[in-house]
Amino acid sequence: MKQLRRTMLYVPGNNPGMIKDAGIYNADCVMFDLEDSVSVVEKDAARFLVNEALRTLDLTGKEYLVRVNALDSPLGIADLEAIVSTRKVVIRLPKTESAQDILQCEREIERIEREYNIEPGSTRMMAAVESAAGVLNAKEIATASPRLIGIAIGAEDYVTDLKTTRSANGVELMFGRSMVLLAARAAGIDAIDTVYSDVNNEEGFREEVQLIKQLGFDGKSIINPRQINAVHEIFTPSLKEIDKALAVIEAIKEANRKGSGVIALNGKMIDKPVVMRAQRTIDLAVASGVLEKERENA
Amino acid sequence: MRNFSLDQIPYSDELTCLKDVFNAKNIIKNTRTLSEREELHNKIVGSLEEAVRLSGLKDGMTISFHHHFRNGDYIVNLVMDKLAEMGFKHLVVAASSLTDCHYPLIEHIKSGVIRRIETSGLRGKLAEAISGGLMDVPVVFRSHGGRAGAIENGELPIDVAFLGAPSCDPYGNANGYIRDKDEGIMCGSMGYAKCDSQNADKTIIITNHIVHYPNAPFGISESDVDYIVKVDEIGDPAGIMSGATRFTSNPKELMIAEMACKVIIASGRFKDGFSFQTGTGGASLAVTRFLRDMMRAKKIRASFALGGITGSIVDLYEEGLVRKLLDVQSFDLKAARSLRDNRFHQQISASYYASPYNEGTAVNQLDVVVLSALEVDCNYNVNVLTGSDGVIRGAIGGHPDTAYGASVSIIVVPLTRGRIPCIVKEAGTIVTPGKIVDVIVTDHGIAVNPMRKNLRKRIVDSGLPVFEIEELQQKAEKLVGISDPIPYTDKVVGVVTYRDGTVIDLIRQIKE
Amino acid sequence: MKIKNVALAGTMESSDIMITLEPSKEKSLVIELDSTVDKQFGRKIRRVIGDTLLEVGVDSARVIAVDKGALDCVIRARVKTAAYRAAGEECCHWGGDTK
Repeated sequence: MKQLRRTMLYVPGNNPGMIKDAGIYNADCVMFDLEDSVSVVEKDAARFLVNEALRTLDLTGKEYLVRVNALDSPLGIADLEAIVSTRKVVIRLPKTESAQDILQCEREIERIEREYNIEPGSTRMMAAVESAAGVLNAKEIATASPRLIGIAIGAEDYVTDLKTTRSANGVELMFGRSMVLLAARAAGIDAIDTVYSDVNNEEGFREEVQLIKQLGFDGKSIINPRQINAVHEIFTPSLKEIDKALAVIEAIKEANRKGSGVIALNGKMIDKPVVMRAQRTIDLAVASGVLEKERENA
Repeated sequence: MRNFSLDQIPYSDELTCLKDVFNAKNIIKNTRTLSEREELHNKIVGSLEEAVRLSGLKDGMTISFHHHFRNGDYIVNLVMDKLAEMGFKHLVVAASSLTDCHYPLIEHIKSGVIRRIETSGLRGKLAEAISGGLMDVPVVFRSHGGRAGAIENGELPIDVAFLGAPSCDPYGNANGYIRDKDEGIMCGSMGYAKCDSQNADKTIIITNHIVHYPNAPFGISESDVDYIVKVDEIGDPAGIMSGATRFTSNPKELMIAEMACKVIIASGRFKDGFSFQTGTGGASLAVTRFLRDMMRAKKIRASFALGGITGSIVDLYEEGLVRKLLDVQSFDLKAARSLRDNRFHQQISASYYASPYNEGTAVNQLDVVVLSALEVDCNYNVNVLTGSDGVIRGAIGGHPDTAYGASVSIIVVPLTRGRIPCIVKEAGTIVTPGKIVDVIVTDHGIAVNPMRKNLRKRIVDSGLPVFEIEELQQKAEKLVGISDPIPYTDKVVGVVTYRDGTVIDLIRQIKE
Repeated sequence: MKIKNVALAGTMESSDIMITLEPSKEKSLVIELDSTVDKQFGRKIRRVIGDTLLEVGVDSARVIAVDKGALDCVIRARVKTAAYRAAGEECCHWGGDTK
């Protein structure tokens, strides 16, 4: 099953209490942050802490990422060494402006993989655009490396770069979100939306999640475990969608049994995008607990 | 008067009421008004000292206290200081529970005023001192139901009960609130006090608010009260209770609470007319919040809620989701006010609540109870008394009573608290035996007692993450490491009893 | 590595450990530990501190540790951070799996 990324829980990298508990919540992904949530004087402490935690804690059942510092400083390079060497996580870049940033990061990772005898290409990456330039370069960024698994948008810095402010309906994010999403689709990777900081505003949060789901995003950044359930609920497919998806999968099996090369459902031909979409619907349904795993495999 | 003699009555030896012929000279009518009588003929005595003297208290006797004032209690210290001053020695203090604020008892123990203690729990400096070997005679720990049962059947006879009450009339009708005004000390239910007042040889009410007769409806009846003492202060309102117990916002506790609610639903006990009891803090309280959502969604009403009643349970009543409330101890002002104002929020005594000797005991009518724990071991035994460092720091409360009585008992506990494992191979102290503990809900998954085969199947089938308890214990050990054993001496400082008074475990002195 | 200055790492938050390293004239490690779980894990914590210091090549120092229930991986991280800070150096080799 393809890795679901409906929820990406941010965990400050210098907080031992939060790091050790990050795995108990049912977020699809956990991201330890060495960048914005860590003060300048504690960057080394956070690096050691996340490195030791990754080497010791049980990380099964989720995808783990680490957001490193910008690579134009020795901080970022040291972060990469400490984290890539653990062989366990996806590297999330901070503010990505251009494809150059991706390539530079890739070069460093390649070097580290060689030095530490890690299977070349096994370390994946995730980009994040947080500026006008980044958004405009989204497609180049998203297609810059086969290591990329996704691209995210960071609203706070982006909106500041645009010289405006965040609003409830997010109209100022419309273009940025769409660009990131289109870039993700063109590159065949996931699109992850920005954080929603007002943890107590459940209604506002749900509205935003509905919006980005409708736009086509694969998931949302989460800053508090209390936000997880709402996202998973909203991303749960409807029964109608599930039935449709099962019908597609059934049609494929039927075609395979008959040895037919052409797959048809209700008189219409089914092509690859439809199949992939059906599979994703089923994956989401199983993850939400609405569909049992065996039914899906039968 | 009539002219007859008693010999004219046939079968007079069978008639037990016959004493002598009536004589009007023996009656002297009291023509004073109610007002005058309240002033002059009442049970109020001039001082605590006088009340003690009148009660006939002697060295070596057993005295009792309730713990409805929790950490804001002044009564225990007030009475013990006075008894020490009056020169009493070797007393047995049978409090329903003791907390941090009772550390002054340490001095009274050292000076010989107190010989031994019976309680549901100990905390703070007093607990540490006792764990360190302060007392010669071990402390006897009893559950609320066990204590009530022992008091009623004479195993724990109380000579004098000293009961603090927020309001009392001149004849002894006492309540945990002041009916006429929404002010002053409010503790709501006086369930533990009721039991003591009904069984003690002498009962002394200590109040800071005398009201007019009758203080009805009453929690404690005048017929159980001997003397009343008025003092300036009986407790600290801030230490007694808060305005309203808030739900935790701790995401770990919320997660555990939500999972516990799912267990309740999967258990098959979540039907219209079901009954439940939840805890009063952290995850066990937060379960109420998730239960409420499910009850509204499935249109299920509870026949009653038992407790330990908090404002959040009262909210459920007010929303029409719970039909009746049975209250042995009110935990916040909302609950106290509800007890005062709502006929269907019934005050019950500790005996009615949990006595092991009554078939109809309230705990026996529970479908579900949600409890917390300090430790649970691989045999499902629960420790709520001693910490991982071996020091006493908790209270039994109604833990084994409700775990026994409920159709399904659920323990909510994090896998670890900091570096302290909560699922262990062997509990430091066994308070509630594994045989009556059904489901353990942690932040790393659920364990179901293998003796409950049907229950286990239902929970597994519902898709919840179920593990063997050994797996959870291994997980905890892997996280925190293997701890060194706590060094104890041979001296027994605590005797832990099960509900029926049998000894279930011993607490030993910590070696320094 | 040689400890040149006094350095501190970690906080007194729950689940963390605050490590202060001071240079020492003795060729030994002296560890002073104040822990909320001293009875249960005091011995283990001292050993982890000691082993970690030796791992990064520090055999002479005075360690003052205030522990609030930190797991072993947190202790190792804080000790390493303090050590490199006290030595004024950057860490150059990162290991793989600890287990």
